Amino acid sequence: MAHRIPAAGAMPKLLIGLGLLLTLGFIATPIFVIFEQAFSKGLAFYLASVQDPDTIHAVLLTLATTVVVVPINIVFGIAAAWAIAKFQFSGKKLLLTLLELPFSISPIVAGVIYLLLYGSQGLFGGWLESYGIRLMFSWPAIVLVTLFVTSPFVARELIPLMQVQGNDPEEAAATLGASGWQIFRRVTLPAIRWALLYGAVLCTARAIGEFGAVSVVSGNIRGETNTLPLQVELLYHDYNAVGAFAAASLLTVIAVITLLLKAVLERYQR
Amino acid sequence: MKRFLAYTLALGLFAGPAAAQDKPVELLNVSYDIARELFAQINPAFIADWKAKTGQTVDVKQSHAGTSRQARAILEGLQADVVTFNQVLDVQILHDRGNLVAADWQKRLPNNASPYYSLPAFLVRKGNPKKVKDWSDLVRADVQSIFPNPKTSGNARYTYLAAYGFALEQNKGDQEKAKAFVKTLLGNVPVFDTGGRGSTTTFVEREIGDVLITFEAETNGIKREYGDKGFELVTPSVSLLAEFPVSVVDKVAERKGTQAVAKGYLDYLYSEAGQEILAKHFNRVHHPKVKEKYKAQFPDLRLITVEQVFGGWEKANKDHFAEGGILDQVFVKR
Repeated sequence: MAHRIPAAGAMPKLLIGLGLLLTLGFIATPIFVIFEQAFSKGLAFYLASVQDPDTIHAVLLTLATTVVVVPINIVFGIAAAWAIAKFQFSGKKLLLTLLELPFSISPIVAGVIYLLLYGSQGLFGGWLESYGIRLMFSWPAIVLVTLFVTSPFVARELIPLMQVQGNDPEEAAATLGASGWQIFRRVTLPAIRWALLYGAVLCTARAIGEFGAVSVVSGNIRGETNTLPLQVELLYHDYNAVGAFAAASLLTVIAVITLLLKAVLERYQR
Repeated sequence: MKRFLAYTLALGLFAGPAAAQDKPVELLNVSYDIARELFAQINPAFIADWKAKTGQTVDVKQSHAGTSRQARAILEGLQADVVTFNQVLDVQILHDRGNLVAADWQKRLPNNASPYYSLPAFLVRKGNPKKVKDWSDLVRADVQSIFPNPKTSGNARYTYLAAYGFALEQNKGDQEKAKAFVKTLLGNVPVFDTGGRGSTTTFVEREIGDVLITFEAETNGIKREYGDKGFELVTPSVSLLAEFPVSVVDKVAERKGTQAVAKGYLDYLYSEAGQEILAKHFNRVHHPKVKEKYKAQFPDLRLITVEQVFGGWEKANKDHFAEGGILDQVFVKR
């Protein structure tokens, strides 16, 4: 058998096997290693690590940032997608390009841009500071850059769907005398809700995991402006590899919960 | 549920500053990247000492990263009350670029405002199989050295300058021979990591190279951390003084009204108790009593300074590390 060249029938098996192998090697094994390393000094050490006040603060900060960022992006995403998909206006292409910019800009550059704008020596930073407002190296800075980085997710999810759906249902509703808000709530929203949820889930995952942009504007103050991904890096650099993996395991658990949520929603959709 | 969570979390975060009345005075120490353990011990000791002296409760927050990056962040508004750095120029830039620190900052505290010091030293494998004793051994063809890239790492710049200074002395000030010496030395480095921690990983985990060159405080820390590997310390006959400059960030402390406690914090680093903690972390100190007590762990050697040999950091940067400088001439890219 071994010397036979794979026939057409063996091809799918080969491909499936290859896919499985890659999944195991590149996704499953690293995740397994995170937990293996996290528990390598025993359960007690793991519990102590995840109960470290700085780590707990990092978890809360990350969740709080997400909880602020995602709703804003949902509203922004719907508004942008609504405008782009349902109306004709000049500059539409430009708006679409602008909307996708955060996808193509490296997060670290995004962070630096905010620093150059709102830092003490930045374009608006000095002016804001004269009013006692400091945005950088604080919680608002983290929210701002996370907003920037995650802003396209919801809109990008909605635009193709809304474009395919077209304007007919809305026009029908309008001729029947529905107000703008009624049209949105009763006609548009039900049609896009699954795409909307999916976009929100992606946005959430990214907001939780964002590292580059946040690291530029956070100031790395322990127990104050360190998000969970930053905390993982910091523990690792402190020679506390097990603590770093313990924190990483929290990050993984949050990510898995988010993805499970997505899976459940997808099933629901069908 | 989500909305409820949002409100509670947001409220919790914003209510923080509102309840400032009975909250402790907050001090932010912005520091270099490998000093966390050190300040994790110093801060509680200082907090207790300050409470006993003044009755005031202090909370010290820490931020650690490369000091050039930290200086940049402070210039852009990171509210540091004090800096504890490992590069003099990175404190100086706070004065030069933002006038955040007084011009005479180095004169306000003893020893050039450097409460402790260290020097590039060697860490070798168990039994020192290659018999490495001094800088001259590092240019032997059979010895591989590990230290980070001097282009990106302040730590490696110390190593580079120490080796250069050693070669200058050996060759009676002959610049060309010193250049040839560091060229050979750099040629014996199989891997250049971007920072000190990366080099440690290369030497310890990947087991590449015969000698790791980094600050003495680090070599001791690594030896203790990886006790089972039996690494040995080697102190060269001569090395370069590495200062750890500290300063109050005057503009920030003024605005926050924390001048007194910020100064108290730095003074504590010079106190006997503070110096003892520093020495325990293998930093060399000046306090006579502490020095005497820990003298066994700090072998004698001769220290040269950047001022003596290279005419100060600014000049050293221009001559050696600037684009097209001596480092560029001897650093063969691989």
